[in-house]
Amino acid sequence: MTAAVVFGLCGAAAAGLGLYGAIANPRPLRKILAFNLLSSGVFLLFGVIARRGAVSAFSGDPVPQALVITGIVVAAAGTALAVALLLRFFKATGSTTLSAGALASIPADSIDE
Amino acid sequence: MTSDIILDCILAALVLAVGCWVIVVRDSFAAAVGFVAYGLLLTLVWVRLDAIDVALMEGAIGSGLTGALLLRASSRLGAKEQSAAAEQPGVMLRAVAALFSVIVAAMLATAVLYLPDPAPTLAPEAAANASATGMANPVTNVLMAFRAMDTMLEKVVLLVALAGVWSLARDRFWGARPGPRFRSDPKDPLALLAQTLPPLGIVVGIYMLWEGANAPGGAFQGGTIIAAMWLLAVIAGLTDAPPVSNRRVRLALIAGPLLFLIVGFGGLWLGEAFLAYPVAYAKPLLLVIEFAMTLTVAVTLGLLIVGPPDREGAP
Amino acid sequence: MISVADIFTVIAVSAGAFFFMAGSVGLLRFPDTLTRLHALTKADNLGLGLVVLGLMPRAGGLLPALKLASVWLLVLFTGAAVSQLIARAARDGDQDDE
Repeated sequence: MTAAVVFGLCGAAAAGLGLYGAIANPRPLRKILAFNLLSSGVFLLFGVIARRGAVSAFSGDPVPQALVITGIVVAAAGTALAVALLLRFFKATGSTTLSAGALASIPADSIDE
Repeated sequence: MTSDIILDCILAALVLAVGCWVIVVRDSFAAAVGFVAYGLLLTLVWVRLDAIDVALMEGAIGSGLTGALLLRASSRLGAKEQSAAAEQPGVMLRAVAALFSVIVAAMLATAVLYLPDPAPTLAPEAAANASATGMANPVTNVLMAFRAMDTMLEKVVLLVALAGVWSLARDRFWGARPGPRFRSDPKDPLALLAQTLPPLGIVVGIYMLWEGANAPGGAFQGGTIIAAMWLLAVIAGLTDAPPVSNRRVRLALIAGPLLFLIVGFGGLWLGEAFLAYPVAYAKPLLLVIEFAMTLTVAVTLGLLIVGPPDREGAP
Repeated sequence: MISVADIFTVIAVSAGAFFFMAGSVGLLRFPDTLTRLHALTKADNLGLGLVVLGLMPRAGGLLPALKLASVWLLVLFTGAAVSQLIARAARDGDQDDE
């Protein structure tokens, strides 16, 4: 039972939590939050693999760490785009959920003005 | 069970508790605040996993940038989001989702518990090849030299995301300034903050970029801090977001990936491979690329947060 | 052999942790925003200051110790400014409600 195993289990649980939130919560903003939770859990798993790859000179395998750094930036960019989409949807329809009534209420010519 | 492991277990339990709260709480603003706290706790977890560069990234981008985005979104959506809290999915959907999530989490946990021992690792090869760049930070070596292709493509992904955000503007706003115009009140503490912190923050950002060669740090972390300083000045009304058609802004946005591409093709032209750095010039080349990258990252992340062009008076 | 510096570190960091806990209890128990801000400033100023003071002997040199102190000063400064902003927003929010 090392630190790596403890945080690996934590990452697995966080991924499960994020998955549940993404499926079960109907509001798009909460889904975006849950996706971020899911990706943080997956990154923790990478971090555990990096920690276990320690040798005498390094305290961790640098390649998974670099992959996680790239992943964090890409996830942030994806979140920014998703939030911008959500805000634009809200401005166009005045609704914050994706229920059928909201989508039907977008007038056909209002988006491009 | 040493005290280290007990502390790690407490930290992991805290992380999961805050994560649960983020998923379950009804108010979206509270969930966004909880997410910022979750990101900060994760920073501690990364330090415990001996990945300081990743801890810096998680604190800066995972908690700071994403947290700012989500806080802004939840406050913009405001009251409508509150009334939407009333609609809940059916019990059937929640039960199936819970079952599915538990199965996935159990599979991941089994994978963690049965990881191969001794662990496969690329650290010895990273150590053996470190002399190719002359930098002591192995993560920077991997990011900038061994997996430079990934980093270059990541820059392009950031640009594509920004283009996507800009494309959401209304047609008549295209090319205008993004975000609202913040008014500046000289007696406001925010104005004091925005006048005092940015010089410090910019120095800290450049220091992080410079130290990234031999200690934890790097272009991304430094660029995020500089972006945060710029956003602080914009929110305090001390400066205004530039119009998105501004040529210098666009030049700053493409400087990073463009320089990367030029160096990459230069390696090809010199007869080696794409993105192969000539060993004699490796360190200066990498420094130049990192400076351009920091500029690009700062401008891109700042513009990603302010959003699509939103104001009348397109130039 | 436990040195004086280690004892000092443990005492100072424990005192800092106590102030953090006091600030959190205040955050949970006080009735409105302004009093809660008052409780939080105790955690920020005293709590963090004692923790930083306790970590100084372990910092390993003058420069790292100065960096730790600058972290505390920055938190102090931004905490003061942000508390003012939150208090102002809370006061203006109350006036809107009336």
